[in-house]
Amino acid sequence: MGVAIKAESLAKRYPGDVTALDGLSFSVPEGAVFGLLGPNGAGKSTAVKILTTLARPDTGSASVAGFDVLREPAGVRKAIGVVSQGGGLDQEATGRENLRLQGHVFGMGGDELERRAAQLLEQFGLTGAADRLVRDYSGGMSRRLDVALALVHQPRVLFLDEPTTGLDPEVRAELWEEIERLIGAGLTVLLTTHYLEEADRLAAELAIVDRGRIVAEGSPDQLKRELRGDAIQVELGEAADDGKVREALSTVAGIEQVLLDDRTLHARAVDGAGAVPAVLAALAAAGGVVASVTVARPSLDDVYLRFTGRPFHAADAQATDPGRAEATR
Amino acid sequence: MKPLGDTLHMTGRHLTALWRQPWLIAVSLVQPVIWLLLFGSLFGTVTDIPGFRSDNYIQFLAPGIVVMTAFFSSGWAGMPVIADINRGVIDRFLVSPVYGSSLIAGRLGSTAVVIAIQSLIIVGLALISGASFDNGVLGVTVLTVVSILLAGAFGSLSIGFALIVRREESLIATVQFLLLPLSFLSVIFMQKELMPGWMQTASNFNPLNWAVEAGRDAVSASPDWAAIAGKGGLLFGFLLLCGAFAFRAFSLYQRSA
Repeated sequence: MGVAIKAESLAKRYPGDVTALDGLSFSVPEGAVFGLLGPNGAGKSTAVKILTTLARPDTGSASVAGFDVLREPAGVRKAIGVVSQGGGLDQEATGRENLRLQGHVFGMGGDELERRAAQLLEQFGLTGAADRLVRDYSGGMSRRLDVALALVHQPRVLFLDEPTTGLDPEVRAELWEEIERLIGAGLTVLLTTHYLEEADRLAAELAIVDRGRIVAEGSPDQLKRELRGDAIQVELGEAADDGKVREALSTVAGIEQVLLDDRTLHARAVDGAGAVPAVLAALAAAGGVVASVTVARPSLDDVYLRFTGRPFHAADAQATDPGRAEATR
Repeated sequence: MKPLGDTLHMTGRHLTALWRQPWLIAVSLVQPVIWLLLFGSLFGTVTDIPGFRSDNYIQFLAPGIVVMTAFFSSGWAGMPVIADINRGVIDRFLVSPVYGSSLIAGRLGSTAVVIAIQSLIIVGLALISGASFDNGVLGVTVLTVVSILLAGAFGSLSIGFALIVRREESLIATVQFLLLPLSFLSVIFMQKELMPGWMQTASNFNPLNWAVEAGRDAVSASPDWAAIAGKGGLLFGFLLLCGAFAFRAFSLYQRSA
């Protein structure tokens, strides 16, 4: 099998000394669904912009569908479909008109284009809304039309940049089903997301992006297997001193990767349930007030924590995505 | 011809959107009606000024209002471009094989169609109000063509500026700032010889004035076709310059991602 997407040491800085990408490399085989997972600001959107020929890297190279993104952008553009974060629908046109114009741009026309548009509207459950203005569409309908637009010319590589951001959970689940139906038809998909659940569900292969580089790569299961044991999470009743907590837990056998994030204590143990009494005893001895304890099998959340040293939600909240700021210009 | 095809599809997109909001065209005609009927009637005695060659002020005003309306409308051509940037529409096309310049050319194409329609409506209103246009279809066609050339130029400036500032407020402030001063530094409202000397001089460098002079001359009883062609040539040169600016601004926009 060939390589559909190859990124080699991509680096990009935005004015103001914001490093968006810092040596990002990965490759996606043809027909695979590859996820780039990371918080906002990790550089995912910038990577997508470079791979889709919208932005140029400062250094590094990349190819998509066999075309070099810098030297053969026209070849790349014919081969890809892009669902970008911001969408990009013409609000003052109908769904069908949006599809038609997109098809025209790709050199389609006539009956072929009409049939393709009708088929996509059917596929994405938009036949009833086909001749209504997009500005009257719901968020979920707009998103489905975004995906339909990206598919009109039957691209070989599909980019889904944060496809479900801003959708409510029910609509998100519906869109996941739509996307799952696309997968397996030989289409290569690059998915970027900051939803762990989304990456887990849709991507067969995953790379975790943090601060413009890839910190871990593998299938979701592989990544989770790399974490030995269970995740223990303790909610403390009041904020505690990091040093004290670490010292207290250092006496408990089999506990590792202790991290205190405000009032939440993260740790790993080979036998999570077995370690809980000793953990509680050690915390009590150190004067800690425990509000709740959970023990869980490793999630991608834990994988992220393990490879970046920060809990996912914390990184997501503090980050500002330079690629995104640029998109809103 | 992919560039031409893409441009026509983009023009079609803008005209379809406009067709859905005919009230926009109606609203844009309120201003010229005010200028033509209210202003024209209010200052009707201007024709009594010694040396004023026309004896019907609305007649004198009408071709100027046609050109001025084209000027005003085209100033706003950049607004939907900013909306397209903000909604991601431009970026969506930039990752497709679309011929990039067609995004600008399509806007200008739809502006030209709108200006042609508006011009004919104003001519019709002026006829109803008692004005007459000499040289019939030829005169009105030349008046419309110079209006379109002017609108293409100022539309390009507006689009180029929109691509650089990318903020609706900045574009609105700039356009508002330019509209009336440039209009008063022209012969729209007053015969040239009766304007203060410095304004006459300034009007020589005002593209809006070139269009008004050429347009008014074309519908007059004794047009100086050589002078009209000269002004038309100047306008065309100005259009090329402004168009180059708009395309340049677009390539800067592409590179800024």
